[in-house]
Amino acid sequence: MSTDTDDAPFAESEETPFTDIDLGWEHRKNRIFLGIIFAASMFGVVMLALLLLDVVTDFYRGQTEFGISLIDFFTRDGSRRQELAGFRGAIVASVMLMIFTAILAFFVGVGSAIYLEEYAPDNRVTRLIEANLANLAGVPSIVYGLLALAAFVNGIGLGPILLAGAIALALLVMPIIIVSTQEALRAVPDSMRNGSYATGATKWQTIRGVVLPAAMPGIMTGTILALARAIGETAPLIMVGALFTNRIAWGPFDRFSAMPTQIYNWAAEPEPHFIHLAATGIAVLLAFLFAMNGIAIYLRNKYERDL
Amino acid sequence: MSTEQNNEPIIKTGVQNVAIGARDRPDETVLEATNLDVYYGDERAIDDVSIEIPETKVTAMIGPSGCGKSTFLRSINRMNDQIDAARIDGDLYFQGKNVYDEDVDPVALRRKIGMVFQKPNPFPKSIHDNVAYGLRVQGKDDDVNLDEAVERALRAAALWDEVKDKLDSSGLDLSGGQQQRLCIARAIAPDPEVLLMDEPASALDPIATSKIEDLIADLAEEYTVVIVTHNMQQAARISDKTAVFLTGGELVEFDDTTTIFENPDDNRVEDYITGKFG
Repeated sequence: MSTDTDDAPFAESEETPFTDIDLGWEHRKNRIFLGIIFAASMFGVVMLALLLLDVVTDFYRGQTEFGISLIDFFTRDGSRRQELAGFRGAIVASVMLMIFTAILAFFVGVGSAIYLEEYAPDNRVTRLIEANLANLAGVPSIVYGLLALAAFVNGIGLGPILLAGAIALALLVMPIIIVSTQEALRAVPDSMRNGSYATGATKWQTIRGVVLPAAMPGIMTGTILALARAIGETAPLIMVGALFTNRIAWGPFDRFSAMPTQIYNWAAEPEPHFIHLAATGIAVLLAFLFAMNGIAIYLRNKYERDL
Repeated sequence: MSTEQNNEPIIKTGVQNVAIGARDRPDETVLEATNLDVYYGDERAIDDVSIEIPETKVTAMIGPSGCGKSTFLRSINRMNDQIDAARIDGDLYFQGKNVYDEDVDPVALRRKIGMVFQKPNPFPKSIHDNVAYGLRVQGKDDDVNLDEAVERALRAAALWDEVKDKLDSSGLDLSGGQQQRLCIARAIAPDPEVLLMDEPASALDPIATSKIEDLIADLAEEYTVVIVTHNMQQAARISDKTAVFLTGGELVEFDDTTTIFENPDDNRVEDYITGKFG
């Protein structure tokens, strides 16, 4: 800048008040550790990218080398003949499964979360229920399939119908819905509850009019994420008997094969054409998953500022 | 020590300058506590408080932190019922009825006694629905024109002009001072008889505070206002009666605000309001 700086007292000597402090190694440790934890956090991203790449490649090869027409894929049902096989029945069955799973799991799940969070006294019974729920959330999904098989498919003789699959999936995701609903209810500040009580509202009016509306975005987000988990579940549906079927499921009492079980069946076939049908199915299933997660993220962002 | 000491006002009160019709009326007791104790677990938060709170006046409760003034306020509309550990001894009468009698439903009590909290706590609803909330839960929304009732409450809370064009936007989008006035509008919309205010201006800036203070003076024409405040100047400015609580939940002195601030009986009160204690 200007020549004035030449007159600065420390300009010529190397001495500054800080020369005796050597932080070089400390800063290097900082950077090394940052590198390690950044690599760790990128691991998941890289794996997801590789997975997507694999799916997209198989999807592309299915389109080009095996001549899988997307129109046929979306308008035909399962078939033993590879050139006639499509995904429509599986998509319809999966959508119906989600609807019935949501109905079954949502009301019971949200109801029990409201009880546990708003009404239940803090005693041994409540703690037992909550410990039980935490354990249920960790039970392997195939166990729910076994339960549904024993109790509903064979026990009361429903047979391998869509409703039995929905029950299995509802049982599977219910603990997730309960826990996420509890968290959403807990995030509603007590000052709002007090504001409602002080206005002369009863407990139920307070829950109905203030707490639930305030918690609803969180509840919806948790429910959609739980359903996104359910839509990809294969094991419980296999246990229930969601086998390769050649026709569309028309209702909850029809036999069915959902998207993941259809993919599972195709992937087990020896012909490469079926393998690539499976890859196309995986692409469709992933699209469903991303759409559901996208809705959940949208809901969370839209309402998060309100609390 | 001069004997003239007490002739000098310690803190000037604004009461003399404010013309409020209510001040001319004779005192009629609306709330009365006799030998009231409140315990949180084993700890005594209110110690043997007896007080008669007059109708359509502003009664201020002042005292240091933890002296039990907020606890006393919350025991009036039984908000302490929400706390499991809270326990009450003694009697508290609202218009001659002991509110702790078996046959008193706290929900019904709170429909007669509104409350405004320290921190503004609007609901995540529109401004209109926030104000209409009390009328709706109390089943009064069929009897009155809801829009008119909302407008009346917002006008009474001196908020109408600021929000009349955006009644459908969220109450949470308002500033802190506006939110607090929204909460006041919410509390007075169902037309309670008593309005409890728990340090309603302590989270607000000076301009918002002065708006709330003006508002309280207006509200006292229609409602009995019981206000807890940390701010002695505020109590001096806005209240007709002042109760001084000291540590341990003891009500040390209760009298006209002018007397408390200019010529208190109790030395501890004098020490507290001159800043020697507390």
